Amino acid sequence: MTTMTDPPQESFRLSMLLNDTRYRSYTFQFIALIVLVALFAYLGSNLVQNLRAAGLNISYEFLGEPAGYDINQRLIEYESQSSHWRAAIVGILNTLLVAFLACVTATILGVAAGVLRLSKNWLVSKLMAIYVEAFRNVPVLIWIIIIFTVMTAVLPSPRAFRGEDATSSMLLDSLAFTSQGVFVPGLVFGTGGLLVVLTLLASIAGMVFYGKYRTKKLYDEGKELPGWVGWAILIVPTILVYQAFSLTAGQVENRIIVPSEIAAADVSLEQFGERLVTDKTNINYCVVTDSTASALGKKMLLGLPAMELTNPDAVKMKSTRFFSMDDAKTAFAAGSCNMLVVPASEAANFASSVETGAVALATNVKDNAPIAFDTPYLANFRFTDGITVRGSLIALWFALAIYTGAFIAENVRAGIQAISKGQTEAAASLGLRPGRIMNLVVLPQALRVIIPPLISQYLNITKNSSLAIAVGYMDITGTLGGITLNQTGRAIECVLLLMLFYLVISLSISGVMNIYNNAVKLKER
Amino acid sequence: MSDTTSQRTEAFVRTDMLPEQAPPATQTGIIKWGRENLFSGVANSALTVFAFIAIYFILMSSMPWILNGVWNASSIRECRELLEGATGGCFAVLTERWNQLLFGFKYPNDEYWRPTLAFALLFIAVAPVMFYKYLPSKMLLFTGLYPFIAFWLIWGGPVLAPIFGLLGFVAGYLVWSRFVANSFAVGFFGAIAAALVTWWVGGIITNSVSAGDTLLSAVPSRDMGGFMLNLILGTVCVSLSLPLGIALALGRQSDMPIIKWICVVFIEFVRGVPLITLLFVANVVLAYFLPPGTTFDLILRVIIMITMFSSAYIAEVIRGALAALPRGQYEAADSLGLDYPQAMRLIILPQALKISIPGIVNVAVGLFKDTVLVSVISMFDLLGMIRGPILASTEWNGVYWELFGFASLLFFVVCYGISQYSQWLERELATDHR
Repeated sequence: MTTMTDPPQESFRLSMLLNDTRYRSYTFQFIALIVLVALFAYLGSNLVQNLRAAGLNISYEFLGEPAGYDINQRLIEYESQSSHWRAAIVGILNTLLVAFLACVTATILGVAAGVLRLSKNWLVSKLMAIYVEAFRNVPVLIWIIIIFTVMTAVLPSPRAFRGEDATSSMLLDSLAFTSQGVFVPGLVFGTGGLLVVLTLLASIAGMVFYGKYRTKKLYDEGKELPGWVGWAILIVPTILVYQAFSLTAGQVENRIIVPSEIAAADVSLEQFGERLVTDKTNINYCVVTDSTASALGKKMLLGLPAMELTNPDAVKMKSTRFFSMDDAKTAFAAGSCNMLVVPASEAANFASSVETGAVALATNVKDNAPIAFDTPYLANFRFTDGITVRGSLIALWFALAIYTGAFIAENVRAGIQAISKGQTEAAASLGLRPGRIMNLVVLPQALRVIIPPLISQYLNITKNSSLAIAVGYMDITGTLGGITLNQTGRAIECVLLLMLFYLVISLSISGVMNIYNNAVKLKER
Repeated sequence: MSDTTSQRTEAFVRTDMLPEQAPPATQTGIIKWGRENLFSGVANSALTVFAFIAIYFILMSSMPWILNGVWNASSIRECRELLEGATGGCFAVLTERWNQLLFGFKYPNDEYWRPTLAFALLFIAVAPVMFYKYLPSKMLLFTGLYPFIAFWLIWGGPVLAPIFGLLGFVAGYLVWSRFVANSFAVGFFGAIAAALVTWWVGGIITNSVSAGDTLLSAVPSRDMGGFMLNLILGTVCVSLSLPLGIALALGRQSDMPIIKWICVVFIEFVRGVPLITLLFVANVVLAYFLPPGTTFDLILRVIIMITMFSSAYIAEVIRGALAALPRGQYEAADSLGLDYPQAMRLIILPQALKISIPGIVNVAVGLFKDTVLVSVISMFDLLGMIRGPILASTEWNGVYWELFGFASLLFFVVCYGISQYSQWLERELATDHR
């Protein structure tokens, strides 16, 4: 017979709160909580008193008011009458844009530099070591400002592209590096253009799937399928779709419509060009953003001898942008632009419907390209059309990429060196070639080491992109934390929203990282 | 037997060694090294040629500029006249604005020796910490005194203020060492109370006494600038954030849920936002949370925010080190009957801090580089001086490369030096046998 005796019931004494480890932690936590609450209450009461003294209150109504400032680099429509909220959205998109560009570039640079630093080539590995040390040890803000200085103070102004003795010229007739930014061709999608892009995306997916299938077949059955099929899957359908559209659906003649005081109806294009020079006509070209004919027509006009860009006596040309053909037609009829490209079938009807009188000129522009380039050109003393990439964006993009690339290079090097030499030797003793050893044995193991710090570098890029404010790039810090804050004086609200945005980004990136870490964690027991 | 053989066949047998011949030209010296390291294959050779071309272009564009530089001129126009159209840097801006670059444009000219002396003493103060194995530990006493000496040298003002600051710490330490043997809590809170009382009394005495002249004239914080400001912010914030970071890391590892969550929220919040938003807080928001009527120095507000920022990062480094320690260490400490503060002080932290040195140095270097961000909230640190008063002046408008190159060089020297020290220390501390 056993007797279970309960331990004597201890009665709770007050001194146990301090001396008994079971209760002491409660005491500490209670004190900590009280201190915390007291601190917040103190700060809060200060805030209330200060706000009352300044006659302010906490309110987010300012977000709906018109911002009243312009943003030159933007991804969505925005004008100075848009609200502060809209300006903040433009800023968020700009932050994400520069962060994305810098992440991609930094990864490429960093991986290349990290691998080259381990190269057996003495000179190259030393050069890469210099790159890494030079860029890691100098503040990124200084790099941003140095590149910004190059972009704004060293590059030629658009004026240098003009005149008989122009000191600068456009690269490939479509790229211009100027102190006001870099001008690159934009893409215009015509009939079927979207389908071409979709086909390309589907082909890329197809190529990836084929690659996986090929590997599986090789491992499971030992059969090696040909590698060129993957490239064929990538290229052939896209070309076929592109050709199909350019040969059939879009085979439309186009006409240039101009007011009758500029040209007679039956002149050829050359005569038209000469006439423009003698009359010193100013052209205001209607660009329609979804019509490739409009882009091609502009390119053809720019090709006319009269439009010689470097010649200061050339015909003055500028363009006005419209988002649909109907808008453009209305604007043409109202006289706010004087040159428009329309399909031949509509040309006569449209020309006769314009009250002031308009004529249609025959052209060789056919709306048969699903995709066309909208090239920038020099209009008077500045470049227009195409896509403008401001110097501030380029400075931020490249400075962040080069700076973070140096850190990524170190991560990559550490990751590759973390794989023990035995792994390489074991793979070599199995008869694998050096390339295969890298791809099949070293890299898969190294990636497990490389990727977590890589993602935290991406996080750093996103946070460092807030330095945009130093060069006037309008990211979220420049709009919400910069001009909006200064204009409205709503410091607390603006800074709070700003922090909230970065917190959401950071927490979601580290959430993704945790998921990844759990997925690739060494599965033991 | 060999004799007989040689006689019979009359074969030639060499009895003396031939002198060693030089290896073939391709197997020796620089040619062999070049073949192995530079031209070992087609791809490698191409890389080498490409690298040589790159080096050639970099040198060709930078060397004339450096060698041909002008060091004595009073403005960029004079530089251009002296150069007469040749390529060359205008380094005269560095000599002419040297003091502004280092000390800012408001620090009194006659007092430049004070920050310079403080900077020199910094090395003596830091040396016993950095090279603790090789220097007598008595020197640590000077390290303890240094913050007060440096404060007095740079800011000046009544000498009583730093003395009472020091006395507060001394009083705290005395109380701590008297009571900690009995109870950690009594010692800890007693020390804080003793220090606070000393500072309070000291504040009253200092205010009543310091009416007359002082030995060193006071320099207000807003007059600090140039590279000195970067160094002040860097050293102060790193030293302050170390203890704070340790406390946060221990709090995050704690079993007490409330304390743990306070630390987690603080760390994740601070790490999730860019430093520049925290500087905005220091610049425009923090004033709203202070008692009405108080005015805080901008420099002090910035120090508070940067310290918060770096302490969160240091806490994460130390947390990693704490997690890396084997569980047995914690259990061994428990089984010896040590309580929590003793276990941490005697067993856990010495090991954890040793592991975390490289990480802490990385954070310190990053923080020092980040101090240039204060130029964004219009403080005139090195970068602020360059972008503000110097480049905006009519004399030096357009001298970009020399100034930015100088700033980069200063930061490079400091940061590269620190990271080399950290690598040396890692080798020094490695106790495993590899």
